[in-house]
Amino acid sequence: MLFGGVFSLMAVGLTLIFGVMRVVNFAHGDMMVWGMYLAWLMASRGGIDPYVGFVVCAAALFVLGFVVQRVLVQRIVDAPHEMQILLMLGVALVLENTALLAFGPEPHRVRSALAQSTVWLGPVFVDVARLIAFGVAVVLTLLLSLFLFRTDVGRSIRAAADNTYGALVIGTDVRRVYAVAFGVGAACVGAAGALVAPLLPFQPPTGLQLSVASFNIVIIGGMGSLLGAFVGGLLVAVAESLGAIFLKPSLKELVSFSLLVLILLFRPAGLFGRRAP
Amino acid sequence: MRWLWPAAVLLLAALPLFPSLFGSYAVTLFTLIFFYGFLGQAWNIVGGFAGQLSAGHAAFLGIGAYTAALLSVEKGITPWVGMFVGGALAAALGTLIGFLGFRFGLRGFYFVLLTVAFAEICRIIASNTDTIGGAVGYYITFTGDPRQFQFQDARAYYYVALALMLAATGVVAWLARRRFGVYLIAIREDESASEALGVDTFRYKLLAMMLSSFLTGVGGAFYAFYLFSLQPGSVFGIPLSVEIIMRAIVGGAGTVLGPILGSFILSPLAELARLYFAQSGWHGAHLVAYGLLLIAVVLFLPEGAYPRLARLFRRRAPQTP
Repeated sequence: MLFGGVFSLMAVGLTLIFGVMRVVNFAHGDMMVWGMYLAWLMASRGGIDPYVGFVVCAAALFVLGFVVQRVLVQRIVDAPHEMQILLMLGVALVLENTALLAFGPEPHRVRSALAQSTVWLGPVFVDVARLIAFGVAVVLTLLLSLFLFRTDVGRSIRAAADNTYGALVIGTDVRRVYAVAFGVGAACVGAAGALVAPLLPFQPPTGLQLSVASFNIVIIGGMGSLLGAFVGGLLVAVAESLGAIFLKPSLKELVSFSLLVLILLFRPAGLFGRRAP
Repeated sequence: MRWLWPAAVLLLAALPLFPSLFGSYAVTLFTLIFFYGFLGQAWNIVGGFAGQLSAGHAAFLGIGAYTAALLSVEKGITPWVGMFVGGALAAALGTLIGFLGFRFGLRGFYFVLLTVAFAEICRIIASNTDTIGGAVGYYITFTGDPRQFQFQDARAYYYVALALMLAATGVVAWLARRRFGVYLIAIREDESASEALGVDTFRYKLLAMMLSSFLTGVGGAFYAFYLFSLQPGSVFGIPLSVEIIMRAIVGGAGTVLGPILGSFILSPLAELARLYFAQSGWHGAHLVAYGLLLIAVVLFLPEGAYPRLARLFRRRAPQTP
């Protein structure tokens, strides 16, 4: 359940990118894995705890997202869906396999002093690490919504999402807004990666699983809806842990995929979506 | 164009002679080229012609592979029959996915996700079913019995793969000239307009999906008895689906020879890169190259290599009356 907060943060990043430029970031999970490797590098080389280092990861991923948008995504914003998907698949392949080249195929895990301790929270035992990850993820999501609703840059991002042409007419630099939005989305997932790095052993192919998991959440919550992504993340985490308890741990993903199929068929706009696809 | 067809036909006619000319490594390489060309061609029907981007074709391959392998090992039924049983089962799943996706009007990313979800569900079920080997995988003992689709001679696989590729290409060439193919292209270009003109889009999309999944399922039998081991993670995995899509996209989706050309470009690249980079411990390097190639194709050659090549030849054609 506490994974839910991180799931939410990851999905919020994806939904922000989609909401603003209608591009599905197929490299989302791979960006997250890069966040994890950065956290690992900082922890093992510099002794920086990932619960501090996540800020650096977010910043680094912001730059990555910004550059990927400027150099690649900007060229295909108006292209057919298929082309966008294929381009992002290409980016995903590159990111995943450069990680494989750089860090090798064996699973990594970040050590954090906090990850070993537990506390009693009411009637249940809780990992401190999970609790912090959850708390930080929720705070970051709240900060992001403050950013979107209370600052000028945030307002122009929302304007460009609602009506690109209108935003252009009133003089918004839409290209810059797109790049910033992509960067912020990538930063979310970078922070999410650093936050789960002590809890989840990871290797390069983990990225694909995370991408698919974030698609699940975003579809269930509603593409482009921040609230939907947030609630969807919690929902999927709860559904998967219930599935792990009542079925088999290896079958827990089955629950979320079945949920995905049902949502796709009966409510493709998602639980909190406004528009049908 | 005038030249390209005879050249292609000539090349295809020469292909059966290759094994007697080249060494065993070339035979392996060509077997892979043909097999992936076949898979790309099968995908091409629904992904290229009808424009319905399926990213779950591994599910059909996996179902075909497991069916043929289980029937052969457990029941003694020859894969020559089992491949069609597998194809039929794959087509059943394809029909289900197509029915749900098209009836509920899922397009673009939503359809992609539906196909991915079904492939992942297949993978999870296969990994959790112990009678078919679970996550460890299912292994076929080699007996060398040709009636069970097991050959001592690698050239036998070469000819089977070649036959599969030619058959699928024949099917696609045939449908491209028929009303069916034209309808599919109309659906890809503008679905609402073709519906307005009276094309039963649901029916034709579903037929394309059935045909495509059937062929892919038949290919599963080849996969099973060429590799002799099936792991749910690789045979139902998303990376395999991406490999299949890449062949068609790089070569030219929605063209008759595109996927074959794509396989001639990509399969040797993948195989050689795997050979050289893996030996020097550079795992994943060939996939980086793949990713870069995919990005480059989308940005600079969105229609694929074949149409570009065809235009190049057509421009020269007037000089030779």
